[in-house]
Amino acid sequence: MKRLLVLGAGTAGTMVVNKLRPRLDDAEWKITIVDQEPTHHYQPGYLFLPFGDYRPEEVVKPKKKFIPDGVELVMAEIDRVDPAENRVFLADGTELEFDQLVIATGTTPRPDETPGMAEDEWRKSVHEFYTFEGATALGEKLAAWEGGRLVVHITEMPIKCPVAPLEFTFLADDFFKKKGMRDQVEITYVTPLDGAFTKPVASKHLGDMLSERKVVVEPDFMIERVDNESKTIVSFDEREVPFDLLVTVPLNMGADFVARSGLGDELNFVPVDQGTLLSTAHDNIFAVGDASNIPASKAGSVAHFAVEIFTDNFLEHIAGRPMTGAFDGHANCFVESGDGKGMLIDFNYTTEPLPGKYPLPGVGPFSLLKETEMNHYGKLAFRWMYWNLLLPGKELPLPALMSMVGKEQEEVAQ
Amino acid sequence: MALATLANREVHVDEEGFMTEYDEWDEEMAAALAANIGIELTDAHWKAINFLREDYKENDVTPTLRRVTNTGGIPTKELFALFPKKPAKKMAYIAGVPKPAGCV
Repeated sequence: MKRLLVLGAGTAGTMVVNKLRPRLDDAEWKITIVDQEPTHHYQPGYLFLPFGDYRPEEVVKPKKKFIPDGVELVMAEIDRVDPAENRVFLADGTELEFDQLVIATGTTPRPDETPGMAEDEWRKSVHEFYTFEGATALGEKLAAWEGGRLVVHITEMPIKCPVAPLEFTFLADDFFKKKGMRDQVEITYVTPLDGAFTKPVASKHLGDMLSERKVVVEPDFMIERVDNESKTIVSFDEREVPFDLLVTVPLNMGADFVARSGLGDELNFVPVDQGTLLSTAHDNIFAVGDASNIPASKAGSVAHFAVEIFTDNFLEHIAGRPMTGAFDGHANCFVESGDGKGMLIDFNYTTEPLPGKYPLPGVGPFSLLKETEMNHYGKLAFRWMYWNLLLPGKELPLPALMSMVGKEQEEVAQ
Repeated sequence: MALATLANREVHVDEEGFMTEYDEWDEEMAAALAANIGIELTDAHWKAINFLREDYKENDVTPTLRRVTNTGGIPTKELFALFPKKPAKKMAYIAGVPKPAGCV
């Protein structure tokens, strides 16, 4: 009996076992998935928690519910992988052997990596919304906040869901307008990038949307520390941005066991081939979802498209054949823009987000890079699809590889 | 892909002027590239540039600022002093390696 061992029962790991269990012979392959957290969080929902739009129970469900029959779920902390011996050590001393290993332990925010961030002002005037606790605490803060300088800040790329801080900013603008206090809030968007987003066309569109909302962008800002006394963030080149409320996206890193196992880069992400997700160092180790170092957005949609390609590749790989599928870095993200509207962006490793239409049989088309109500409903509907179709590994009417159909090439005004 | 003249020789560059052929680069070109962006190279600059050249050769990826600090041993603060405002981009430009992937 051979064993496929999957580390991490989040979005990517859960999809992997749901896709592979029906396609691997029960008599030949045992599948085991390891995770230390009993609950699965719908992370896109965190964005809405600070504004009181979702109830906590809408975004949290037991992990067990999404693991299919025939897959063993082990609840334990992972200590390390021994790639030479094909073995994983759990923190409780258990050893699990594997023939094939899939690392799907994602990325987590690490506020303690920035001096001063997780100190005196943490969860008082310094907040984040990438954890359930953080998003809930920020919701309480915003409900009572009387205004002042709001600074939305990104520590360093890559981050999970790179559009989320923009969405947070748009939603905050809308939230303060509706409370009749927008004129009492000054919003600054501080980023290590040279503009609102990474790719030129989208960066211009999103940058325009920030300026329409009177949000000041502070680009090329690499944070050195948070000064708790003066309530400022200070960059390595000694610029200072004062805040009354800082909403930061802390440094993102992969799991610590990845580093302990010698499998990670500087940020504990696993170096893999960007087309096959196979480790560059080990022929029986894959990394899927946010855990890998592929130059794509760290996002559920990317994990979903990547797992579609990975599934067929994996079956070829264990049959000793060359893997014929190549993931293209496809991402498809709804971007909430406030006031009941949203945008859609669709892109991959080589094609940046472009305007146009996104065709979807029976439902669409959705408008790309343009604010519409339809896109907002698309985003809300996605929560249902996530729990009921995506995690269980059912077919979604979305092609895994990006298509140019409907997209318009556009020159960026310099 | 375009051609540009650097230190009296023709080299391949991308649309932003980053050299695209690792082996076309030499130290004279580094000085010319640095001058293009208003930097005069000192030993401290060379330490960073040499690290980028070696690390790129080994891994086929332009190192991030974090990697230059952690593995190359040059504090981030110093990199900002040497290559003001956009050190990751400026170092790569002078070292003749691709523009850092930044992110997505």
